Amino acid sequence: MINARLRKSFSARPDSAAFSLELEFQAAAGITVLFGPSGSGKTLTLDLIAGFVRPDDGRILLDDEILFDRAAGVNLAPQGRNCGYVFQDYALFPHMTLRQNLEFAAERRPRLERHRRVNEMLERFRLGDAAGRRPHELSGGQRQRCSIARALIGAPKLLLLDEPAQGLDAPLRAEFYEVLRQVRADFKTPILLVTHNLDECFELGEEMLILREGRLVQSGAPSTILDQPANVDVARLLGVFNLIPGEIRALDPGRNTSKVQMGEYELDGPYFPGHLKGDRVTVCVRPERLAALARNGRPGANQIPAQLERAVEKPQSMRLEFAGGMAVDVGRADYERVRDTKDWVIEFPRESLRVL
Amino acid sequence: MQIDWFPLWLSLRVAFVSTAIAFVAGLWLAYILANREFRGKEVLDAAVTLPLVLPPTVLGYYLLVLLAGNSQLGKLWENVFGSPLVFTWKAAVLAALLHALPLLVKSARAALESVDRSLERAARNLGASEWRLFWRVTLPLARRSILAATALAFARSLGDFGVTLMVAGNIPGRTQTVAVAIYDAVESGNTALARTLVLVISAIALLILTLANRLNPRYQR
Repeated sequence: MINARLRKSFSARPDSAAFSLELEFQAAAGITVLFGPSGSGKTLTLDLIAGFVRPDDGRILLDDEILFDRAAGVNLAPQGRNCGYVFQDYALFPHMTLRQNLEFAAERRPRLERHRRVNEMLERFRLGDAAGRRPHELSGGQRQRCSIARALIGAPKLLLLDEPAQGLDAPLRAEFYEVLRQVRADFKTPILLVTHNLDECFELGEEMLILREGRLVQSGAPSTILDQPANVDVARLLGVFNLIPGEIRALDPGRNTSKVQMGEYELDGPYFPGHLKGDRVTVCVRPERLAALARNGRPGANQIPAQLERAVEKPQSMRLEFAGGMAVDVGRADYERVRDTKDWVIEFPRESLRVL
Repeated sequence: MQIDWFPLWLSLRVAFVSTAIAFVAGLWLAYILANREFRGKEVLDAAVTLPLVLPPTVLGYYLLVLLAGNSQLGKLWENVFGSPLVFTWKAAVLAALLHALPLLVKSARAALESVDRSLERAARNLGASEWRLFWRVTLPLARRSILAATALAFARSLGDFGVTLMVAGNIPGRTQTVAVAIYDAVESGNTALARTLVLVISAIALLILTLANRLNPRYQR
Protein backbone atom coordinates (compact mmCIF):
# COMPACT_ATOMS: atom_id res chain seq x y z
CA MET A 1 0.00 0.00 0.00
CA ILE A 2 1.39 3.36 -1.00
CA ASN A 3 0.07 6.53 0.50
CA ALA A 4 1.33 9.82 -0.86
CA ARG A 5 0.72 13.49 -0.33
CA LEU A 6 2.97 15.49 -2.62
CA ARG A 7 3.64 19.11 -3.36
CA LYS A 8 6.31 20.32 -5.75
CA SER A 9 6.61 23.49 -7.74
CA PHE A 10 9.07 24.73 -10.31
CA SER A 11 9.41 28.40 -11.17
CA ALA A 12 9.45 29.47 -14.80
CA ARG A 13 12.75 29.01 -16.65
CA PRO A 14 13.82 30.20 -20.08
CA ASP A 15 13.12 26.74 -21.47
CA SER A 16 10.09 25.75 -19.39
CA ALA A 17 6.99 27.33 -17.92
CA ALA A 18 6.24 27.36 -14.22
CA PHE A 19 4.67 24.14 -12.99
CA SER A 20 3.19 23.03 -9.73
CA LEU A 21 2.05 19.63 -8.60
CA GLU A 22 -0.25 19.04 -5.68
CA LEU A 23 -1.51 15.55 -5.28
CA GLU A 24 -2.83 13.14 -2.70
CA PHE A 25 -3.61 9.50 -3.40
CA GLN A 26 -3.19 5.96 -2.26
CA ALA A 27 -2.84 2.72 -4.16
CA ALA A 28 -3.23 -0.83 -2.95
CA ALA A 29 -2.03 -4.08 -4.55
CA GLY A 30 -3.02 -4.29 -8.21
CA ILE A 31 -2.46 -1.86 -11.03
CA THR A 32 -3.21 1.81 -10.56
CA VAL A 33 -2.95 3.84 -13.72
CA LEU A 34 -1.76 7.44 -13.73
CA PHE A 35 -3.42 8.91 -16.77
CA GLY A 36 -3.08 12.40 -18.17
CA PRO A 37 -1.76 14.44 -21.09
CA SER A 38 1.96 15.17 -21.47
CA GLY A 39 3.11 17.69 -18.92
CA SER A 40 0.45 16.80 -16.36
CA GLY A 41 3.02 15.59 -13.83
CA LYS A 42 2.72 11.82 -14.19
CA THR A 43 6.44 11.06 -14.48
CA LEU A 44 7.23 13.70 -11.87
CA THR A 45 4.95 11.83 -9.48
CA LEU A 46 6.95 8.63 -10.00
CA ASP A 47 10.23 10.54 -9.58
CA LEU A 48 9.03 12.05 -6.30
CA ILE A 49 8.08 8.62 -4.99
CA ALA A 50 11.33 7.00 -6.15
CA GLY A 51 13.32 9.81 -4.53
CA PHE A 52 14.90 11.29 -7.66
CA VAL A 53 13.21 14.62 -7.01
CA ARG A 54 12.60 16.02 -3.55
CA PRO A 55 9.06 17.20 -2.82
CA ASP A 56 8.62 20.70 -1.39
CA ASP A 57 6.17 19.32 1.09
CA GLY A 58 4.18 16.22 1.87
CA ARG A 59 4.58 12.66 3.05
CA ILE A 60 5.13 9.33 1.34
CA LEU A 61 4.26 6.17 3.17
CA LEU A 62 5.01 2.74 1.69
CA ASP A 63 3.41 0.00 3.75
CA ASP A 64 4.40 1.21 7.21
CA GLU A 65 7.69 2.80 6.21
CA ILE A 66 8.04 6.56 5.84
CA LEU A 67 9.96 7.36 2.65
CA PHE A 68 9.51 11.08 2.93
CA ASP A 69 8.02 13.35 5.52
CA ARG A 70 8.89 16.98 5.43
CA ALA A 71 7.43 17.74 8.82
CA ALA A 72 9.53 14.98 10.44
CA GLY A 73 12.55 15.73 8.26
CA VAL A 74 12.63 12.25 6.73
CA ASN A 75 13.91 11.89 3.17
CA LEU A 76 15.23 8.45 2.28
CA ALA A 77 17.77 8.23 -0.55
CA PRO A 78 16.57 6.48 -3.74
CA GLN A 79 18.81 3.55 -2.71
CA GLY A 80 16.78 2.98 0.43
CA ARG A 81 13.27 3.24 -0.95
CA ASN A 82 12.76 -0.25 -2.28
CA CYS A 83 10.66 0.86 -5.25
CA GLY A 84 11.18 -0.96 -8.54
CA TYR A 85 11.28 1.51 -11.44
CA VAL A 86 10.81 0.62 -15.11
CA PHE A 87 12.03 3.63 -17.06
CA GLN A 88 10.49 4.91 -20.24
CA ASP A 89 13.59 3.99 -22.25
CA TYR A 90 14.20 0.98 -19.93
CA ALA A 91 17.61 2.38 -18.85
CA LEU A 92 19.37 -0.97 -19.20
CA PHE A 93 23.11 -0.65 -18.65
CA PRO A 94 24.46 -0.81 -22.21
CA HIS A 95 27.90 -2.09 -21.18
CA MET A 96 26.53 -5.08 -19.30
CA THR A 97 24.92 -8.27 -20.55
CA LEU A 98 21.34 -8.99 -19.65
CA ARG A 99 22.52 -11.32 -16.88
CA GLN A 100 24.92 -8.69 -15.53
CA ASN A 101 22.09 -6.16 -15.51
CA LEU A 102 20.12 -8.48 -13.26
CA GLU A 103 23.15 -9.31 -11.11
CA PHE A 104 23.82 -5.62 -10.59
CA ALA A 105 20.32 -5.26 -9.17
CA ALA A 106 20.71 -8.28 -6.90
CA GLU A 107 24.17 -7.42 -5.64
CA ARG A 108 23.14 -6.78 -2.07
CA ARG A 109 22.01 -10.38 -1.68
CA PRO A 110 24.33 -13.19 -0.63
CA ARG A 111 26.20 -14.75 -3.54
CA LEU A 112 24.37 -18.06 -3.70
CA GLU A 113 20.93 -16.56 -3.35
CA ARG A 114 21.82 -13.92 -5.93
CA HIS A 115 22.69 -16.56 -8.44
CA ARG A 116 19.51 -18.51 -7.79
CA ARG A 117 17.38 -15.37 -7.94
CA VAL A 118 18.89 -14.22 -11.25
CA ASN A 119 18.27 -17.61 -12.83
CA GLU A 120 14.75 -17.65 -11.51
CA MET A 121 14.06 -14.25 -13.07
CA LEU A 122 15.67 -15.21 -16.37
CA GLU A 123 13.40 -18.21 -16.55
CA ARG A 124 10.25 -16.47 -15.39
CA PHE A 125 10.64 -13.74 -18.00
CA ARG A 126 11.79 -16.12 -20.76
CA LEU A 127 15.20 -14.46 -21.02
CA GLY A 128 17.42 -17.51 -20.53
CA ASP A 129 18.57 -17.72 -24.15
CA ALA A 130 19.47 -14.03 -24.28
CA ALA A 131 21.23 -13.85 -20.90
CA GLY A 132 24.67 -13.34 -22.44
CA ARG A 133 23.68 -10.56 -24.82
CA ARG A 134 24.01 -6.83 -24.39
CA PRO A 135 20.90 -4.61 -24.50
CA HIS A 136 21.53 -3.42 -28.07
CA GLU A 137 21.49 -7.03 -29.24
CA LEU A 138 18.08 -7.71 -27.69
CA SER A 139 14.64 -7.41 -29.25
CA GLY A 140 12.24 -4.74 -28.00
CA GLY A 141 10.24 -7.29 -26.06
CA GLN A 142 13.34 -8.80 -24.43
CA ARG A 143 14.59 -5.37 -23.42
CA GLN A 144 11.29 -4.62 -21.82
CA ARG A 145 11.06 -7.93 -19.98
CA CYS A 146 14.64 -7.49 -18.81
CA SER A 147 13.82 -4.06 -17.46
CA ILE A 148 10.82 -5.42 -15.54
CA ALA A 149 12.81 -8.41 -14.26
CA ARG A 150 15.59 -6.08 -13.10
CA ALA A 151 13.11 -3.88 -11.27
CA LEU A 152 11.53 -6.86 -9.52
CA ILE A 153 14.64 -8.82 -8.58
CA GLY A 154 15.19 -6.90 -5.36
CA ALA A 155 11.63 -7.75 -4.25
CA PRO A 156 10.43 -4.14 -4.17
CA LYS A 157 7.38 -3.10 -2.21
CA LEU A 158 6.12 -0.99 -5.10
CA LEU A 159 6.60 -1.14 -8.86
CA LEU A 160 6.67 2.08 -10.86
CA LEU A 161 6.35 1.96 -14.65
CA ASP A 162 6.81 5.03 -16.84
CA GLU A 163 5.00 4.54 -20.16
CA PRO A 164 6.66 1.19 -20.74
CA ALA A 165 4.57 0.35 -23.80
CA GLN A 166 5.12 3.61 -25.59
CA GLY A 167 6.59 3.15 -29.02
CA LEU A 168 5.89 -0.58 -29.11
CA ASP A 169 3.90 -2.04 -31.98
CA ALA A 170 0.63 -3.86 -31.36
CA PRO A 171 1.92 -7.45 -30.86
CA LEU A 172 4.62 -6.30 -28.42
CA ARG A 173 2.07 -4.19 -26.63
CA ALA A 174 -0.20 -7.21 -26.20
CA GLU A 175 2.76 -9.25 -24.99
CA PHE A 176 3.62 -6.55 -22.49
CA TYR A 177 0.06 -6.48 -21.14
CA GLU A 178 0.28 -10.23 -20.68
CA VAL A 179 3.60 -9.93 -18.81
CA LEU A 180 2.25 -7.21 -16.58
CA ARG A 181 -0.90 -9.16 -15.75
CA GLN A 182 1.33 -12.07 -14.79
CA VAL A 183 3.43 -9.78 -12.60
CA ARG A 184 0.28 -8.51 -10.92
CA ALA A 185 -0.78 -12.07 -10.19
CA ASP A 186 2.63 -13.29 -8.95
CA PHE A 187 3.93 -10.29 -7.00
CA LYS A 188 1.65 -8.81 -4.44
CA THR A 189 2.98 -5.29 -4.84
CA PRO A 190 1.07 -2.20 -5.83
CA ILE A 191 1.90 -1.19 -9.40
CA LEU A 192 1.78 2.43 -10.52
CA LEU A 193 1.62 2.64 -14.30
CA VAL A 194 2.00 5.96 -16.10
CA THR A 195 0.35 6.16 -19.48
CA HIS A 196 -1.48 8.47 -21.78
CA ASN A 197 -3.04 5.60 -23.65
CA LEU A 198 -6.68 5.12 -22.67
CA ASP A 199 -6.82 1.54 -23.96
CA GLU A 200 -4.02 0.68 -21.55
CA CYS A 201 -6.03 2.05 -18.63
CA PHE A 202 -8.89 -0.29 -19.43
CA GLU A 203 -6.74 -3.22 -20.36
CA LEU A 204 -4.74 -3.14 -17.15
CA GLY A 205 -5.99 -0.69 -14.56
CA GLU A 206 -8.08 -1.56 -11.56
CA GLU A 207 -7.85 2.02 -10.43
CA MET A 208 -7.26 5.11 -12.44
CA LEU A 209 -5.96 8.49 -11.34
CA ILE A 210 -6.50 11.28 -13.83
CA LEU A 211 -3.98 14.10 -13.68
CA ARG A 212 -4.22 17.46 -15.29
CA GLU A 213 -1.73 20.29 -14.79
CA GLY A 214 -0.39 18.73 -11.63
CA ARG A 215 -3.76 18.14 -9.98
CA LEU A 216 -5.79 14.98 -9.48
CA VAL A 217 -9.04 15.64 -11.35
CA GLN A 218 -10.75 12.29 -10.88
CA SER A 219 -10.02 8.84 -9.53
CA GLY A 220 -11.86 5.55 -9.54
CA ALA A 221 -12.30 2.40 -11.54
CA PRO A 222 -11.79 3.07 -15.29
CA SER A 223 -15.30 1.87 -16.18
CA THR A 224 -16.85 4.12 -13.53
CA ILE A 225 -14.91 7.11 -14.82
CA LEU A 226 -15.90 6.37 -18.37
CA ASP A 227 -19.53 6.08 -17.32
CA GLN A 228 -19.51 9.35 -15.43
CA PRO A 229 -16.59 11.75 -15.99
CA ALA A 230 -16.34 14.28 -13.16
CA ASN A 231 -16.42 17.32 -15.42
CA VAL A 232 -15.99 18.57 -18.96
CA ASP A 233 -12.19 18.71 -18.56
CA VAL A 234 -12.01 15.03 -17.70
CA ALA A 235 -14.37 14.16 -20.54
CA ARG A 236 -12.12 16.10 -22.96
CA LEU A 237 -9.01 14.37 -21.61
CA LEU A 238 -10.55 10.96 -22.11
CA GLY A 239 -11.31 12.13 -25.63
CA VAL A 240 -14.04 9.58 -26.34
CA PHE A 241 -17.21 11.59 -25.80
CA ASN A 242 -19.60 13.69 -27.79
CA LEU A 243 -19.87 16.92 -25.84
CA ILE A 244 -22.88 19.06 -26.72
CA PRO A 245 -24.15 22.18 -24.96
CA GLY A 246 -27.68 21.85 -23.54
CA GLU A 247 -30.06 23.04 -20.88
CA ILE A 248 -32.01 21.06 -18.27
CA ARG A 249 -35.72 21.71 -18.71
CA ALA A 250 -37.19 19.23 -16.25
CA LEU A 251 -36.03 16.91 -13.49
CA ASP A 252 -38.10 14.25 -11.74
CA PRO A 253 -36.23 12.22 -9.11
CA GLY A 254 -39.37 10.16 -8.32
CA ARG A 255 -39.69 8.75 -11.81
CA ASN A 256 -35.92 9.02 -12.50
CA THR A 257 -36.45 11.16 -15.58
CA SER A 258 -35.31 14.46 -16.98
CA LYS A 259 -35.70 16.55 -20.07
CA VAL A 260 -32.71 18.18 -21.73
CA GLN A 261 -32.97 20.84 -24.41
CA MET A 262 -30.40 20.46 -27.19
CA GLY A 263 -30.79 23.02 -29.93
CA GLU A 264 -34.41 22.88 -30.99
CA TYR A 265 -34.96 19.36 -29.71
CA GLU A 266 -35.86 18.08 -26.30
CA LEU A 267 -34.46 14.72 -25.16
CA ASP A 268 -35.55 12.42 -22.35
CA GLY A 269 -32.82 11.37 -19.97
CA PRO A 270 -32.41 9.80 -16.54
CA TYR A 271 -32.58 11.93 -13.39
CA PHE A 272 -29.35 13.92 -12.88
CA PRO A 273 -28.55 14.29 -9.19
CA GLY A 274 -26.88 17.52 -8.20
CA HIS A 275 -28.34 19.56 -11.02
CA LEU A 276 -31.19 22.06 -11.09
CA LYS A 277 -33.82 22.86 -13.64
CA GLY A 278 -32.54 25.60 -15.91
CA ASP A 279 -28.85 24.60 -15.54
CA ARG A 280 -26.76 25.15 -18.66
CA VAL A 281 -24.88 21.89 -19.00
CA THR A 282 -22.72 19.88 -21.36
CA VAL A 283 -24.39 16.71 -22.54
CA CYS A 284 -21.85 13.90 -22.65
CA VAL A 285 -22.51 10.72 -24.65
CA ARG A 286 -20.18 8.06 -25.94
CA PRO A 287 -20.34 7.55 -29.73
CA GLU A 288 -20.90 3.81 -29.42
CA ARG A 289 -23.99 4.32 -27.28
CA LEU A 290 -25.77 6.34 -29.98
CA ALA A 291 -27.60 4.95 -32.97
CA ALA A 292 -27.65 6.43 -36.47
CA LEU A 293 -30.82 5.63 -38.39
CA ALA A 294 -32.47 6.51 -41.66
CA ARG A 295 -34.94 9.31 -41.11
CA ASN A 296 -38.53 8.25 -41.56
CA GLY A 297 -40.86 11.26 -41.59
CA ARG A 298 -40.81 13.24 -38.37
CA PRO A 299 -37.96 12.41 -35.98
CA GLY A 300 -39.18 10.12 -33.20
CA ALA A 301 -38.63 10.51 -29.47
CA ASN A 302 -34.97 11.21 -28.54
CA GLN A 303 -34.02 11.51 -32.19
CA ILE A 304 -32.27 14.48 -33.76
CA PRO A 305 -31.85 14.94 -37.51
CA ALA A 306 -28.27 15.35 -38.59
CA GLN A 307 -26.19 15.87 -41.69
CA LEU A 308 -23.59 13.13 -42.30
CA GLU A 309 -20.19 14.60 -43.17
CA ARG A 310 -18.18 11.45 -43.55
CA ALA A 311 -17.83 7.84 -42.54
CA VAL A 312 -14.43 6.78 -41.19
CA GLU A 313 -13.30 3.19 -40.97
CA LYS A 314 -12.02 2.13 -37.58
CA PRO A 315 -10.52 -1.25 -36.79
CA GLN A 316 -13.61 -2.58 -34.99
CA SER A 317 -16.41 -0.35 -36.31
CA MET A 318 -17.43 2.54 -38.52
CA ARG A 319 -17.40 6.05 -37.17
CA LEU A 320 -20.03 8.34 -38.67
CA GLU A 321 -19.19 12.00 -38.28
CA PHE A 322 -22.08 14.43 -38.43
CA ALA A 323 -22.21 18.19 -38.84
CA GLY A 324 -21.76 19.97 -35.52
CA GLY A 325 -19.04 17.60 -34.31
CA MET A 326 -21.26 14.64 -33.39
CA ALA A 327 -19.84 11.16 -33.85
CA VAL A 328 -21.64 7.82 -33.82
CA ASP A 329 -19.92 4.43 -33.82
CA VAL A 330 -21.83 1.62 -35.50
CA GLY A 331 -20.93 -1.99 -36.20
CA ARG A 332 -19.84 -2.76 -39.76
CA ALA A 333 -22.83 -4.99 -40.41
CA ASP A 334 -25.22 -2.32 -39.15
CA TYR A 335 -23.52 0.22 -41.35
CA GLU A 336 -23.95 -1.93 -44.45
CA ARG A 337 -27.74 -1.82 -43.91
CA VAL A 338 -27.95 1.99 -43.72
CA ARG A 339 -25.03 3.09 -45.89
CA ASP A 340 -27.17 4.53 -48.70
CA THR A 341 -29.18 6.73 -46.36
CA LYS A 342 -29.43 10.41 -47.29
CA ASP A 343 -31.46 11.73 -44.38
CA TRP A 344 -30.17 10.72 -40.99
CA VAL A 345 -31.36 10.90 -37.44
CA ILE A 346 -29.25 10.27 -34.39
CA GLU A 347 -31.01 8.44 -31.63
CA PHE A 348 -30.00 9.12 -28.00
CA PRO A 349 -31.00 6.18 -25.80
CA ARG A 350 -32.43 7.58 -22.58
CA GLU A 351 -29.89 5.85 -20.31
CA SER A 352 -26.90 6.97 -22.38
CA LEU A 353 -27.25 10.64 -21.51
CA ARG A 354 -24.91 12.22 -18.97
CA VAL A 355 -24.66 15.89 -18.17
CA LEU A 356 -21.60 17.68 -16.86
CA MET B 1 77.24 11.74 -34.44
CA GLN B 2 76.73 10.86 -30.82
CA ILE B 3 73.22 11.78 -29.71
CA ASP B 4 72.41 12.26 -26.05
CA TRP B 5 69.01 10.60 -25.53
CA PHE B 6 68.70 11.71 -21.92
CA PRO B 7 66.31 14.64 -22.69
CA LEU B 8 63.91 12.24 -24.42
CA TRP B 9 63.86 9.78 -21.50
CA LEU B 10 63.43 12.64 -19.07
CA SER B 11 60.54 14.07 -21.06
CA LEU B 12 58.81 10.70 -21.20
CA ARG B 13 59.31 10.17 -17.49
CA VAL B 14 58.03 13.65 -16.66
CA ALA B 15 55.02 13.19 -18.93
CA PHE B 16 54.27 9.79 -17.44
CA VAL B 17 54.37 10.92 -13.83
CA SER B 18 52.46 14.14 -14.43
CA THR B 19 49.78 12.30 -16.43
CA ALA B 20 49.38 9.77 -13.65
CA ILE B 21 48.92 12.54 -11.09
CA ALA B 22 46.63 14.46 -13.43
CA PHE B 23 44.54 11.33 -14.01
CA VAL B 24 43.80 10.74 -10.35
CA ALA B 25 43.40 14.40 -9.35
CA GLY B 26 41.59 15.29 -12.56
CA LEU B 27 39.09 12.47 -12.28
CA TRP B 28 38.36 13.46 -8.70
CA LEU B 29 37.90 17.13 -9.63
CA ALA B 30 35.78 16.20 -12.63
CA TYR B 31 33.57 14.00 -10.44
CA ILE B 32 33.06 16.85 -7.98
CA LEU B 33 32.30 19.31 -10.78
CA ALA B 34 29.92 16.92 -12.54
CA ASN B 35 28.00 15.71 -9.50
CA ARG B 36 28.04 18.23 -6.69
CA GLU B 37 26.32 21.56 -6.44
CA PHE B 38 28.24 24.14 -4.44
CA ARG B 39 29.03 27.82 -4.47
CA GLY B 40 31.98 28.78 -6.59
CA LYS B 41 31.75 25.63 -8.69
CA GLU B 42 32.22 27.46 -11.97
CA VAL B 43 35.00 29.56 -10.43
CA LEU B 44 36.80 26.33 -9.54
CA ASP B 45 36.31 25.06 -13.09
CA ALA B 46 37.69 28.34 -14.47
CA ALA B 47 40.64 28.25 -12.08
CA VAL B 48 41.53 24.73 -13.19
CA THR B 49 41.31 25.83 -16.81
CA LEU B 50 43.41 28.96 -16.28
CA PRO B 51 46.79 27.37 -17.14
CA LEU B 52 45.49 26.73 -20.67
CA VAL B 53 45.28 30.44 -21.36
CA LEU B 54 47.91 32.11 -19.15
CA PRO B 55 51.38 32.76 -20.59
CA PRO B 56 54.04 30.25 -19.45
CA THR B 57 55.98 33.04 -17.77
CA VAL B 58 53.01 33.81 -15.51
CA LEU B 59 52.63 30.16 -14.57
CA GLY B 60 56.37 29.81 -14.03
CA TYR B 61 56.36 32.89 -11.85
CA TYR B 62 53.54 31.49 -9.70
CA LEU B 63 55.32 28.19 -9.28
CA LEU B 64 58.61 29.87 -8.38
CA VAL B 65 56.95 32.08 -5.79
CA LEU B 66 55.05 29.13 -4.35
CA LEU B 67 57.86 26.60 -4.33
CA ALA B 68 61.15 28.45 -4.08
CA GLY B 69 63.42 27.48 -1.21
CA ASN B 70 62.43 30.49 0.87
CA SER B 71 58.65 29.99 0.50
CA GLN B 72 56.46 28.07 2.99
CA LEU B 73 55.79 25.21 0.59
CA GLY B 74 59.39 25.14 -0.52
CA LYS B 75 60.58 24.85 3.08
CA LEU B 76 58.03 22.15 3.80
CA TRP B 77 59.23 20.18 0.77
CA GLU B 78 62.83 20.55 1.80
CA ASN B 79 62.06 19.43 5.36
CA VAL B 80 60.20 16.36 4.16
CA PHE B 81 62.41 15.28 1.26
CA GLY B 82 65.72 16.77 2.30
CA SER B 83 66.40 18.69 -0.90
CA PRO B 84 64.83 21.68 -2.66
CA LEU B 85 62.13 21.17 -5.27
CA VAL B 86 62.93 23.86 -7.80
CA PHE B 87 65.48 23.10 -10.52
CA THR B 88 64.92 19.34 -10.24
CA TRP B 89 63.03 17.05 -12.63
CA LYS B 90 60.19 16.97 -10.08
CA ALA B 91 59.63 20.64 -10.72
CA ALA B 92 59.34 19.79 -14.42
CA VAL B 93 56.61 17.32 -13.47
CA LEU B 94 54.72 20.15 -11.78
CA ALA B 95 55.17 22.33 -14.84
CA ALA B 96 53.77 19.58 -17.07
CA LEU B 97 50.97 18.92 -14.61
CA LEU B 98 49.75 22.49 -15.00
CA HIS B 99 48.96 21.69 -18.63
CA ALA B 100 47.79 18.12 -18.23
CA LEU B 101 45.31 18.75 -15.43
CA PRO B 102 43.00 21.25 -17.18
CA LEU B 103 42.80 19.04 -20.27
CA LEU B 104 41.82 16.07 -18.15
CA VAL B 105 39.37 17.89 -15.90
CA LYS B 106 37.59 19.55 -18.84
CA SER B 107 37.20 16.37 -20.86
CA ALA B 108 36.45 14.09 -17.93
CA ARG B 109 33.77 16.43 -16.63
CA ALA B 110 32.11 16.53 -20.05
CA ALA B 111 32.42 12.75 -20.36
CA LEU B 112 30.92 12.11 -16.92
CA GLU B 113 28.11 14.55 -17.57
CA SER B 114 27.30 12.98 -20.92
CA VAL B 115 26.42 9.65 -19.31
CA ASP B 116 22.66 9.17 -19.55
CA ARG B 117 21.08 10.45 -16.34
CA SER B 118 18.43 7.77 -16.42
CA LEU B 119 21.14 5.09 -16.16
CA GLU B 120 22.43 6.74 -13.00
CA ARG B 121 18.90 6.97 -11.66
CA ALA B 122 18.37 3.31 -12.47
CA ALA B 123 21.54 2.35 -10.58
CA ARG B 124 20.47 4.34 -7.52
CA ASN B 125 17.00 2.90 -7.74
CA LEU B 126 18.51 -0.58 -7.73
CA GLY B 127 20.28 0.17 -4.48
CA ALA B 128 23.76 1.00 -5.77
CA SER B 129 25.81 3.33 -3.57
CA GLU B 130 27.27 6.45 -5.18
CA TRP B 131 30.65 4.72 -5.09
CA ARG B 132 29.40 1.62 -6.93
CA LEU B 133 27.40 3.77 -9.34
CA PHE B 134 30.58 5.62 -10.26
CA TRP B 135 32.83 2.58 -10.70
CA ARG B 136 30.32 0.24 -12.29
CA VAL B 137 28.17 2.52 -14.43
CA THR B 138 29.39 6.08 -14.93
CA LEU B 139 33.11 5.42 -15.33
CA PRO B 140 32.81 2.41 -17.68
CA LEU B 141 30.44 4.39 -19.89
CA ALA B 142 32.71 7.44 -19.94
CA ARG B 143 35.87 5.31 -20.20
CA ARG B 144 36.78 5.93 -23.81
CA SER B 145 36.47 9.70 -23.63
CA ILE B 146 38.50 9.78 -20.44
CA LEU B 147 41.25 7.59 -21.90
CA ALA B 148 41.35 9.80 -24.97
CA ALA B 149 41.70 12.85 -22.73
CA THR B 150 44.47 11.10 -20.80
CA ALA B 151 46.39 10.43 -24.00
CA LEU B 152 45.98 14.06 -24.96
CA ALA B 153 47.22 15.15 -21.54
CA PHE B 154 50.26 12.89 -21.93
CA ALA B 155 51.07 14.41 -25.32
CA ARG B 156 50.73 17.90 -23.91
CA SER B 157 52.96 17.00 -20.94
CA LEU B 158 55.71 15.97 -23.34
CA GLY B 159 55.90 19.36 -24.92
CA ASP B 160 56.08 21.98 -22.20
CA PHE B 161 58.85 24.53 -22.62
CA GLY B 162 58.34 27.87 -20.90
CA VAL B 163 57.24 26.82 -17.45
CA THR B 164 59.77 24.00 -17.33
CA LEU B 165 62.56 26.38 -18.21
CA MET B 166 61.55 28.74 -15.43
CA VAL B 167 61.10 26.26 -12.58
CA ALA B 168 63.32 23.32 -13.59
CA GLY B 169 65.94 25.21 -15.52
CA ASN B 170 68.21 23.88 -18.21
CA ILE B 171 70.67 21.55 -16.51
CA PRO B 172 71.96 19.00 -19.03
CA GLY B 173 71.67 15.48 -17.71
CA ARG B 174 69.37 16.57 -14.87
CA THR B 175 66.49 18.82 -15.87
CA GLN B 176 66.95 19.28 -19.59
CA THR B 177 63.77 17.99 -21.29
CA VAL B 178 63.41 17.54 -25.05
CA ALA B 179 61.79 20.93 -25.57
CA VAL B 180 64.57 22.67 -23.68
CA ALA B 181 67.28 20.56 -25.32
CA ILE B 182 66.00 21.52 -28.79
CA TYR B 183 66.11 25.20 -27.87
CA ASP B 184 69.63 24.69 -26.58
CA ALA B 185 70.74 22.83 -29.70
CA VAL B 186 69.37 25.52 -32.03
CA GLU B 187 70.99 28.29 -30.00
CA SER B 188 74.35 26.54 -30.09
CA GLY B 189 74.11 25.72 -33.81
CA ASN B 190 73.80 21.97 -33.34
CA THR B 191 71.21 21.57 -36.11
CA ALA B 192 71.69 17.82 -36.45
CA LEU B 193 70.70 17.23 -32.83
CA ALA B 194 67.83 19.70 -33.06
CA ARG B 195 66.51 18.03 -36.23
CA THR B 196 66.65 14.54 -34.72
CA LEU B 197 64.90 15.51 -31.51
CA VAL B 198 62.24 17.50 -33.40
CA LEU B 199 61.44 14.52 -35.62
CA VAL B 200 61.36 12.02 -32.77
CA ILE B 201 59.14 14.13 -30.50
CA SER B 202 56.78 14.91 -33.43
CA ALA B 203 56.46 11.23 -34.27
CA ILE B 204 55.68 10.31 -30.67
CA ALA B 205 53.07 13.09 -30.39
CA LEU B 206 51.49 12.07 -33.70
CA LEU B 207 51.27 8.48 -32.50
CA ILE B 208 49.63 9.45 -29.24
CA LEU B 209 47.12 11.80 -30.86
CA THR B 210 46.13 9.13 -33.37
CA LEU B 211 45.58 6.76 -30.47
CA ALA B 212 43.50 9.40 -28.69
CA ASN B 213 41.32 9.88 -31.76
CA ARG B 214 40.71 6.17 -32.07
CA LEU B 215 39.65 6.03 -28.43
CA ASN B 216 37.30 8.96 -28.76
CA PRO B 217 33.77 7.56 -29.17
CA ARG B 218 32.87 10.40 -31.52
CA TYR B 219 35.21 9.02 -34.14
CA GLN B 220 34.09 5.44 -33.77
CA ARG B 221 32.88 3.65 -36.92
